[in-house]
Amino acid sequence: MAKLVVDGIEVEVAADMTLLQACEEAGAEIPRFCYHDRLSIAGNCRMCLVEVKGAPKPVASCAQSVRDLRPGPNGEPPEVLTKSGLVKKAREGVMEFLLINHPLDCPICDQGGECDLQDQAMAYGVDASRFAENKRAVEDKYIGPLVKTIMTRCIHCTRCVRFVTEVGGVSDLGATGRGEDMEITTYLESAMRSEMQGNVIDLCPVGALTSRPYAFSARPWELTKTESIDVMDALGSNIRVDARGREVMRIMPRVNDAVNEEWISDKTRFIWDGLKTQRLDKPYVRLGGRLQPADWPMAFATIARQMASVDPKRIGAIAGDLAACEEMFALKDLMTRLGSPNIDCRQDGAPFNPTYGRASYLFNAGIAGLEDADAILLVGAYPRWDATVLNARIRKLWLATGLPIGLIGADNPDLTYDYAYLGAGAETLGELAESRGAFARTLKRAKRPAIIIGPAACARPDGAGVLALAARLAEGCGAVNDDWNGFSVLHTAASRVGGLDLGLVPGRGGLDAAAMVKPGALDVLFLLGADEIAPEGLEETFIVYIGTHGDRGAHAADVILPGATYTEKPGTYVNTEGRVQIASRASFPPGDAREDWAILRALSADLDQQLPYDSPLALRAAMLAAHPHLGDSDVTPVEDASGVATLAKRRMKPKAAAFARDAGSYYLGNPICRASKVMGELAAMSADGAEATGTDG
Amino acid sequence: MLADKDRIFTNLYGQGDSGLKGAKARGAWRGTAGFIKKGQDWIIDQVKTSGLRGRGGAGFPTGLKWSFMPRDVGERPHYLVVNADESEPGTCKDREIMRHDPHLLVEGCLIAGFAMRAHVGYIYVRGEFIRERERLQAAIDEAYEAGLLGKNAAKSGWDFDLYVHHGAGAYICGEETALLESLEGKKGQPRLKPPFPANVGLYGCPTTVNNVESIAVVPEILRRGAEWFAGFGRPNNHGTKLFCISGHVERPCTVEEAMSVPLRELLDKHCGGVRGGWDNLLAVIPGGSSVPCLPADHCDDLPMDFDALRDLKSGLGTAAVIVMDKSTDIVRAIARISYFYKHESCGQCTPCREGTGWMWRVLERMARGEAHKREIDMLLEVTHQVEGHTICALGDAAAWPVQGLIRHFRHEIERRIDSYTANASADDVRLVAAE
Repeated sequence: MAKLVVDGIEVEVAADMTLLQACEEAGAEIPRFCYHDRLSIAGNCRMCLVEVKGAPKPVASCAQSVRDLRPGPNGEPPEVLTKSGLVKKAREGVMEFLLINHPLDCPICDQGGECDLQDQAMAYGVDASRFAENKRAVEDKYIGPLVKTIMTRCIHCTRCVRFVTEVGGVSDLGATGRGEDMEITTYLESAMRSEMQGNVIDLCPVGALTSRPYAFSARPWELTKTESIDVMDALGSNIRVDARGREVMRIMPRVNDAVNEEWISDKTRFIWDGLKTQRLDKPYVRLGGRLQPADWPMAFATIARQMASVDPKRIGAIAGDLAACEEMFALKDLMTRLGSPNIDCRQDGAPFNPTYGRASYLFNAGIAGLEDADAILLVGAYPRWDATVLNARIRKLWLATGLPIGLIGADNPDLTYDYAYLGAGAETLGELAESRGAFARTLKRAKRPAIIIGPAACARPDGAGVLALAARLAEGCGAVNDDWNGFSVLHTAASRVGGLDLGLVPGRGGLDAAAMVKPGALDVLFLLGADEIAPEGLEETFIVYIGTHGDRGAHAADVILPGATYTEKPGTYVNTEGRVQIASRASFPPGDAREDWAILRALSADLDQQLPYDSPLALRAAMLAAHPHLGDSDVTPVEDASGVATLAKRRMKPKAAAFARDAGSYYLGNPICRASKVMGELAAMSADGAEATGTDG
Repeated sequence: MLADKDRIFTNLYGQGDSGLKGAKARGAWRGTAGFIKKGQDWIIDQVKTSGLRGRGGAGFPTGLKWSFMPRDVGERPHYLVVNADESEPGTCKDREIMRHDPHLLVEGCLIAGFAMRAHVGYIYVRGEFIRERERLQAAIDEAYEAGLLGKNAAKSGWDFDLYVHHGAGAYICGEETALLESLEGKKGQPRLKPPFPANVGLYGCPTTVNNVESIAVVPEILRRGAEWFAGFGRPNNHGTKLFCISGHVERPCTVEEAMSVPLRELLDKHCGGVRGGWDNLLAVIPGGSSVPCLPADHCDDLPMDFDALRDLKSGLGTAAVIVMDKSTDIVRAIARISYFYKHESCGQCTPCREGTGWMWRVLERMARGEAHKREIDMLLEVTHQVEGHTICALGDAAAWPVQGLIRHFRHEIERRIDSYTANASADDVRLVAAE
């Protein structure tokens, strides 16, 4: 700890803090452009200058560590002035320099209203310019379909370069030229290849990098900002949904150090155009082989008629990847009342079983907790695509500690950090579990190894065997002990952990998802937003699709009941580490569409199995009564690790097939993605190897 | 005038053999192993006693700088880096050493490397120096062949490897931390200080960066004794120094002289005087383009050393004396210097990136008289907004010449503005073709 005096206020701060942080500790506000908490220090904007008593020149507070300050002649703590005349003059000088070549195009700039330069010019700018020369103009660059550039506005803070290099892990963005000719570019005007490049839009303190899909569509002050949770992967990134009226205009990250820090993936950020297209806005009923628009009573009556004489054992329900806990709870409740054991939330066939305890299917190391790991084994997990934001955390950890990382999977793509490629499938995993190979020794030596099991390893017919093998390895290498549980399942479906918590798995004698979609297995099948499972050849089965988009499920359906997307309903989501998070409603579903739980509640009355809750609050109360842990939001309870031991005891021999990922599905993995034009563009680009350049039109 | 026997660089003009044989005949490599046997502390102590101040421009005491290196070599190796990126306009001393007396530099590198416990040294040579690099490389090759470098260099018991690195011709890479960045293969942009290179330098290891001349004089200091070197010049400004005189003198030259030599003596004795006589002198830039110019009336009894020039708000810099007689368009000259700094600014930090271009553009107009008188004060304020607010000293270097101009030649700028204004309202308006 070190003592210093900031504007007459004495504070004691950690010695490794920067002066800027210390000043903020003392309550002084320091303007800045280039400095960012989560990026390396550049010290180039010179806006954060402060006066240090005894120093000959003003000091850039972002780059000065408290440790390097000298005490006064008699040992008194160093004194820092942040509001002195010298400081004010220095900052005004810097502000003038920043403004002389900055265009006066605020009225047509998308950053207007949330621009750091605009805000700080109010404090340090003057009303007239002394600059009589011509302003500099810089050609705009093509850096991809997501980020629009107006490079004349660039103030060369290099936040974007540092983000893409340090956090994104690709060296696509950089500066060319020197002096006032310095330009930020992707060198050959190719698209950036980072899956989280959209964050540079937030980082850019001016309007040089703005969102291309959102360009010129709204002003920040027109938007209603709603705090919500992302469902594009199972991380549960904290987001803010900005809506104008009932239209979602954009999605931004919220800070949550335990989950997404302050980054979100491009998929999370640019998904919003998919919320507006291909939407189901009224019920449909299949008449004479064709889906016809209908109204709610007619749709419900059709279902009731069909259900009247059905054996409950021949009714089934599958919950999709984007469902919130509320509707899954209602669905399970309804199926129980109907007397059917056929329910599943695992469209991909992953082998998780809630009866073994939560530890058997959670990311037990925790997302933030992963930073304590000293070795990582990826088993069929490709975090760069399975959980993009988590990948940035692994990279951060790797940069800081250089920990050993191993991968077992069908291929070995660039994950933005170095790793040892160990092998393709279960055989390699088996060898490790038997403590054979160099990486087995690495895991043994590590105090807190993390075994991350991804969908490529689990979501396959012999997934249970792989999971058991992984658990055996985790037990064997000491990844599970009293104060560390490194057995970590990386889910990709936002609904998965919630569904498992709620017990959406087949009951006694029930069918799982794959069995339910076998022709002739069922008479009636409910799909709650389940589009990733192929209901083909099920002409004999009566399919009720409750969902949002005219996607695979809707095409196969006999009755379509239009539901709400994640931005259109309040909902509870449980992320891959078991963290319960609550999303708020940002807008309303289109047309006749309703919140999913309300559809199930209304339908239940027509089926004479009325669910006993008439409001979201009542539903939530019932859900919490049955599953109290869902009431503890935003915490990760430490689960009893015995579930891992139970898994490890299962002896099933997995097949030798490689843990193959579905690389093509990253941008097209759910119905909202498939409706999004931006995601389609990204998917096409990644299929082409991202070779698109500005000349592609 | 410095006696010939007191000259360190005895082959400055390349009249003798620049190879190992010639250099040895002139005294190089004599007793090198003996100095090293006396230990690091003795060498650093000798350099401190000699009063040698860095010859690259800032004039920081060399011995003190060396003593900042950690006393024990930890996990990180130590590095010696020699700054041969001599790019300051007007300066042409290091190239003469590299071309004609390279062995003094190579020997100095071994001694300095040993003194700071470095086994590896890098010489970063300016991109435009082709022949210099070839000569230097030849000298290093010769030294390796003769066992003067490499394992047990010069039979001193110290292993030392020396590498020449060729820059790409950016002025900013002469700034020590930008040089290190460039040496590491990155974009040449200065680093934030602290940490200083002695702590975190090349590849994050303790490093000392020295000018070519500072290193090359060390062997002779040790050979002749620190007291000999300290015997030249005024207190705190000791030794001999290479002066590079260019501009309006009869015979521009690079010459070794004692520190604190009066400017007039320097020009008259070595350069045949100012073109057209002393009274024809308009101004002098005493230390390379980055220091403020001094008008003729300051030059009569001007001792050329760090402190005397600092007291006149100028500086010795690299001792590159640029002489301007009365035919010089001083505003135009400073505008050209200003353009140089605008062109060489790395663009990293705001005041320098934006300020250098602004200053140059205003000066260009002032050179034509196409300005308002109030803009003179504005320009002065802009220079102060740049000075001291940047990461490295290039901002200062860009601001000082302009400050010097306004300090001493404001009347000239005003006269020009007046005549331009007068012409503007003249009856016969002359049409001037664009560009």
